[in-house]
Amino acid sequence: MIGAIRSLGRWGLGVLERLGRGHLFLLQILSGVPGLFTRFSLVIQQLYSVGVLSAFLILISGLFVGMVLSLQGYNTLVDFGAEESLGVLVSLSLVRELGPVVSGLLFAGRAGSALTAEIGLMKSTEQLSGMEMMAVDPIRRVIAPRFLAGVISMPLLAAIFSAVGILGGFLVGHGLLGVDDGAFWSQMQVKTDWYDDVINGVIKSVVFGFVVTWIALFEGYDATPTSEGVGRATTRTVVHSAFAILGLDFVLTALMFGEE
Amino acid sequence: MQNKSTEITVGMFVAAGIAALFMLAMKVSNLAEFTDETGYQVIAEFENIGGLKVRSPVTMAGVRVGRVADISLSSENYTAQVTINLYGKFDKIPTDTSASIYTAGLLGEQYISFEAGAEEEFLQNGDVIDLTQPALVLEQVIGQFLFSKAEGE
Repeated sequence: MIGAIRSLGRWGLGVLERLGRGHLFLLQILSGVPGLFTRFSLVIQQLYSVGVLSAFLILISGLFVGMVLSLQGYNTLVDFGAEESLGVLVSLSLVRELGPVVSGLLFAGRAGSALTAEIGLMKSTEQLSGMEMMAVDPIRRVIAPRFLAGVISMPLLAAIFSAVGILGGFLVGHGLLGVDDGAFWSQMQVKTDWYDDVINGVIKSVVFGFVVTWIALFEGYDATPTSEGVGRATTRTVVHSAFAILGLDFVLTALMFGEE
Repeated sequence: MQNKSTEITVGMFVAAGIAALFMLAMKVSNLAEFTDETGYQVIAEFENIGGLKVRSPVTMAGVRVGRVADISLSSENYTAQVTINLYGKFDKIPTDTSASIYTAGLLGEQYISFEAGAEEEFLQNGDVIDLTQPALVLEQVIGQFLFSKAEGE
């Protein structure tokens, strides 16, 4: 009994400790970000590995998500004789929800896990402590560029996802299902608001990019420096990122679209 | 040290992202509409606006001429005061134009429809439209129908 309480306490303290360490780590990263603008080439390198390499996955997934949305939406809308609203359905669901959320989840799987594994391996092969020995701050040199690259690329990826998804939805809706193309676009333009829908979607994706990159970098930096520890950290990155994205999505949605 | 092709692909990626945002702005959302908003505002008072909302369309002969900018309740006579933003290019709307609230389709969204009058003067910024027809509330109509049916028997 006492042992159970003791292990519960240890677990709780462990969680609190990690939480605190994670936030201190974030502060350290953020203090390293302003110095990056004088050495932007570091960020460009990371934008390539974080953003560009994820773009293809996002492109293909966005296309198929849009196409499926169009097919599914059509089946429901046609019962009400409202198949002209297909454009609205596709654009609103992509711009408000699926764009940021699905690309965030894919981003966590594609870029987040890679970041964790990279940093974790750097730690276990003592590259990070080697840098410290040479008086190079690994947070500024290694972590901060990756963080900024993640925060920059996530909204771009989400925008690509939404845009490609809408095009995919249009291809299926117009080409396959025969929805009038004028009605598709014009209804979409009437019902989709730039500030309420598009900008709020962009805000969501920035938040998700921030959180996912933060989690990924922290898990890598905090990983037990063994091959098993790096593996576990990578798994944790994906799991925690998914929780964080879906939980935050609810909170943000409630804040943005709750009052109407 | 910096690889040239890395820079180019990153540039392409950022450009693609911005192009996607641009498409979302111009093609998907209604941002393009705001660019020619050198419009003017008129006020219409309705007995009942039904499901009319801010940003609902305002049409004339089916052509959209503006949007609902604001809805408030007049505390004097308990009518709904609807402020309408009319686009600048539609500046020849007669002052005795009447405004009615209709529903697009059977269950669709509600919108304001203008019917032009015969007056030679045109609506200016801040003018009030006097001739209005309230929204048709489906429950009320059904209620009246049932009532008249019961009376007839």
